[in-house]
Amino acid sequence: MLVVEGLSKRFGGFLAVDRISFEVRQGEILGLIGPNGSGKTTTFNLIAGNLRPTAGSIRLDGAEIGGLPAYAICHRGIARTFQIPRPFHKLSLLENVALAAFYGEMKGISRAEAERRARQALDLVGLPSDPSTRTAGLGAAALKKLELARALATRPRLLLADESLGGLDAAEMEQAADLLGSLRSRMGITIIWVEHIMGVLMRIVDRVIVLDHGEKIFEGAPAQAAVDPRVVEVYLGKT
Amino acid sequence: MSRLGASAFALAALAAVLPAAGPAYFLHLLIQILIWASVYTAWALMGRFGFVSFGHGAFVGVGAYVPALLWNYFGLTPWVGIPAGIALAILVAVVIGYPCFRLRVVGHYFALVTLALSQVVLLTLVAAREITGGSLGFTPKAAGHSWYALQFPEKTYFYVIALMLWLLALSVWRWIDGGINREALEAISEDEDAAAAIGIDVLREKLRITVLSAALTALGGAIYGQYMMYLNPESVSGIAVSLQIVFAAIAGGVYSLLGPTVGALLTISLTEGLRVWFGVTFIGAANTIYGALLVLCIIFMPQGIVGTLRRAMAARAPKAAAAD
Ligand SMILES: Nc1ncnc2c1ncn2[C@@H]1O[C@H](COP(=O)(O)OP(=O)(O)O)[C@@H](O)[C@H]1O
Ligand SMILES: [Mg+2]
Repeated sequence: MLVVEGLSKRFGGFLAVDRISFEVRQGEILGLIGPNGSGKTTTFNLIAGNLRPTAGSIRLDGAEIGGLPAYAICHRGIARTFQIPRPFHKLSLLENVALAAFYGEMKGISRAEAERRARQALDLVGLPSDPSTRTAGLGAAALKKLELARALATRPRLLLADESLGGLDAAEMEQAADLLGSLRSRMGITIIWVEHIMGVLMRIVDRVIVLDHGEKIFEGAPAQAAVDPRVVEVYLGKT
Repeated sequence: MSRLGASAFALAALAAVLPAAGPAYFLHLLIQILIWASVYTAWALMGRFGFVSFGHGAFVGVGAYVPALLWNYFGLTPWVGIPAGIALAILVAVVIGYPCFRLRVVGHYFALVTLALSQVVLLTLVAAREITGGSLGFTPKAAGHSWYALQFPEKTYFYVIALMLWLLALSVWRWIDGGINREALEAISEDEDAAAAIGIDVLREKLRITVLSAALTALGGAIYGQYMMYLNPESVSGIAVSLQIVFAAIAGGVYSLLGPTVGALLTISLTEGLRVWFGVTFIGAANTIYGALLVLCIIFMPQGIVGTLRRAMAARAPKAAAAD
């Protein structure tokens, strides 16, 4: 459904993403891994419209979406989470998610309907859906869940999940990984999942792409990635 | 919410009986307070979301001058001239707002750009002295008591008009406050990227609130001009007017319905009081005291007067409930 070709992003003299190409198939969970600074978040920023590509194309179901503004990409059915959660503290937890439901599709749903969808999304990720909960005082795990709930409330076809496991303990990681897995089975959402560690991600994803210094160095089955010499070098050499 | 509504209603009721109570000078002050309260409320529509415009003097000026010029030179009724002034103010708002929002000019930089805007309008008015009378000011041709010219020597007419303007400004404020747009704007003011990521067209939302605020401000300027029957670039546009709008709205409180109104009440009675107290011999001192008081207000009551009072009342309420 998503075809990325020769995608590059240059910051001044620094090439953060270097001519990467890959395809995401309808209904799959694609893992995107690589050490810190390898260009994973930048790739997401390019797909989600937060950054303009320096070169290359991004096509969603055949239509070019590279360089479109972020809100327009959201309306086309691509939602993202932020690696470092960015909640709206002036709004309640429920309002955060209801706002995403209201604006996410631009179909002019009622406020009540937006709230209903927000409750659904909050239930799904396991956060309280009462109107009184504030975002202040939520822990790291809850904030990661809020990122997911907000993205899901926009009813995406393709979800870009950026390090949803970062800062979680082992049990929370398993839980979050199962949640991502269940999104596909229960809601038919296609997922690109970024993580800098392999860990539990490898259990869930169908395929994995490995980035290093902005370049794609591997694409294939998770089991193969674990034994690929370049991937092993990148991971053993740096962690 | 309903308590706010009730207090607004009480204030409106009070306002209805006020003109009969006092002398003409009192009524004159009241009209000015209502008009400026509307302008401050219009400014707060944006200001409450951290879009701090130092350019609203420009909209007051455009709103005031356009109908007056059209009236004097073409005999065009203000019923057409005022909408024309509002349209021009909207155009100016878009011409300034679009590139600002597009290029993400926010915070201090936005304040600076808008500050320049208000001065540009003032300088234009002064430079076009052949048409506008320059810094000598401009007087609309008097037509006596006339609905067509929207001129009424009788102050009570303008009192009613100003009251309606004020109620309109309050309703617009309430409408924005109660709608989902407010939540979108709060989100934008906190994090534009995160807002865009959930499908909010940040540029459009910011332009919309700016246009609404500019239009209402221009209407305020128009009513002010029609009432005063004398326009001066310094008193209806430029940095001085812009600063006055910002300070009064913030001192009163931009997060409360009646905050900007209290700001108007305070600043206008203060200005008048100091003017009467010091007289004409000591004009500078009045302005200095006025400025110092406002700075103190802003430092010690960032929520504004109304916001601080409401917080104090809210803090007292649970204690009272616990005492029962
Ligand atoms: N807006 C930016 N401006 C300049 N450099 C950036 C910007 N965003 C990311 N980078 C740089 O690009 C590289 C890739 O970053 P990023 O995509 O965040 O990596 P990852 O998500 O894989 O850890 C890093 O070296 C980072 O410092
Ligand atoms: Mg990253």
